[in-house]
Amino acid sequence: MLRLPPFTYHRPKTAAEAAALHKEHGKQAMFVAGGTDLYPNMKRRHQVPTHVVSLQDVPGLTAIEQLPDGRLAIGAMVSLTTLEKHLQLLRDYPGLAHAIAEISTPLLRNMGTIGGNLLLDTRCTYYDQSHEWRESIDFCMKKDGAICWVAPGSPRCWAVQSSDSVPVVCAMEAEFELVSTEGTRTVRGDALYRDDGIEYLTKKPEEVLTRLILPKTGGWKASYLKLRRRDTYDFPVLGVGACVWTDAGGVVTKANIRLGGAGSYAIPATESEKLLVGNQLTDELIAAAGTAAMKPARTMDNTDLDVYWRRKVAPVFVARALAACK
Amino acid sequence: MSEPNKVLETFSVNGEPHEVAFLPHKTLLEVLREEMGLTGTKHGCELGECGTCTVQIDGTPVLSCLVLAVDAVGKDVRTVEGMACGSGLHPLQDVFADLGAAQCGYCTPGVLMAADALLRDNNSPTREEIKQCLAGNLCRCTGYLKIFEAVEIAAARMRGEDAQPSEESIYGAR
Repeated sequence: MLRLPPFTYHRPKTAAEAAALHKEHGKQAMFVAGGTDLYPNMKRRHQVPTHVVSLQDVPGLTAIEQLPDGRLAIGAMVSLTTLEKHLQLLRDYPGLAHAIAEISTPLLRNMGTIGGNLLLDTRCTYYDQSHEWRESIDFCMKKDGAICWVAPGSPRCWAVQSSDSVPVVCAMEAEFELVSTEGTRTVRGDALYRDDGIEYLTKKPEEVLTRLILPKTGGWKASYLKLRRRDTYDFPVLGVGACVWTDAGGVVTKANIRLGGAGSYAIPATESEKLLVGNQLTDELIAAAGTAAMKPARTMDNTDLDVYWRRKVAPVFVARALAACK
Repeated sequence: MSEPNKVLETFSVNGEPHEVAFLPHKTLLEVLREEMGLTGTKHGCELGECGTCTVQIDGTPVLSCLVLAVDAVGKDVRTVEGMACGSGLHPLQDVFADLGAAQCGYCTPGVLMAADALLRDNNSPTREEIKQCLAGNLCRCTGYLKIFEAVEIAAARMRGEDAQPSEESIYGAR
């Protein structure tokens, strides 16, 4: 039976107290929200914190609040099930609501939170295995080992960004509110993430993600399209988040396309974005923008499905995601 | 790190109080099975990938392998042992047995817990809604069809209809 390693469990009453507890115990501490990512990882000894700091008693983290300027603030501890059924989210942010409904299974969405999904650990064929399995290959550099088995000559880890919410949230340029012992700060979209399989976040370990703040509606449309083997359970092996801003005449003024499941962060499809700006979103333009997304989709052989095929279908998925933004 | 001390807590499981001493890093699944002797809830993958350990906490189906037992204190925990109505089976259990919707039966407690929560919210779910509801419960025997049909028939019976499995469902196509 896979069992959790022993740890001291904390349930602080404020975000600042949670941050202080984390700081006190340093690398021995980890936050837990829904536990659906951390606890399996702890059972396989990917992470072995001796202090686990739960955010469930922090007030306000389960609130969804309309801000006076029209933005929508979602507490990090709001469950994924709550969000996928939330009428305002379905009406005003259907792209994000769809991405959330695509996450894993209904049971895991009952437990998992939006904060946890935004900070999901990166994944890899050589990492998401039992301790014994990993030991048999002398581990990998993400945990306990020295080599990256996906690219043995590589100085870095290539574990894959596997959250469904991240690509669309980054495309929408949503903001993240972070609380630490030094106060509160906000970072926008891509700035929370790094292109590294191990250090995939820019936030300090002791910073608590407290809220996801969605931009005001109007003038833009976002979408998310997911590729996976089964229609349930599976993490994305490609997850395209797109957001397109248009003027009153339907001309694209800005476009963000992010490729999830294709690298260690949600990769911008820059050339595709450039093609769109200044033009009407016609079928021909969408197809061309899709084709241009093949290059940044630098898939590696460390997820489910064939690596070359995943790259080949990126243009199709980008085009479909853009068509949904029309 | 030295092993932490056990904690003594009282759980509400199937409406009954259970006072249990356990280590604070134990999951609800471990405490249900190993401390309370409630082995109806099965352990499968223990990683959130199979659904056989599904129980209800305050009416919501969750995976007991990924819930700390200490986090279930003060909440209403329901397991498959709590489904029967007195000496009679719950309509879902009854139809599952009639239809052979359980073959090896290992996934059944989890499936029943998820389906029971669905029927509480929605007394006439469509086939698609049943599929969605059970999308986190793996069954390696039945191919799911009998499970879906059993949930449909149980729902009909719970609405007061005299629903019966088709002859084909029980005896196969002639």
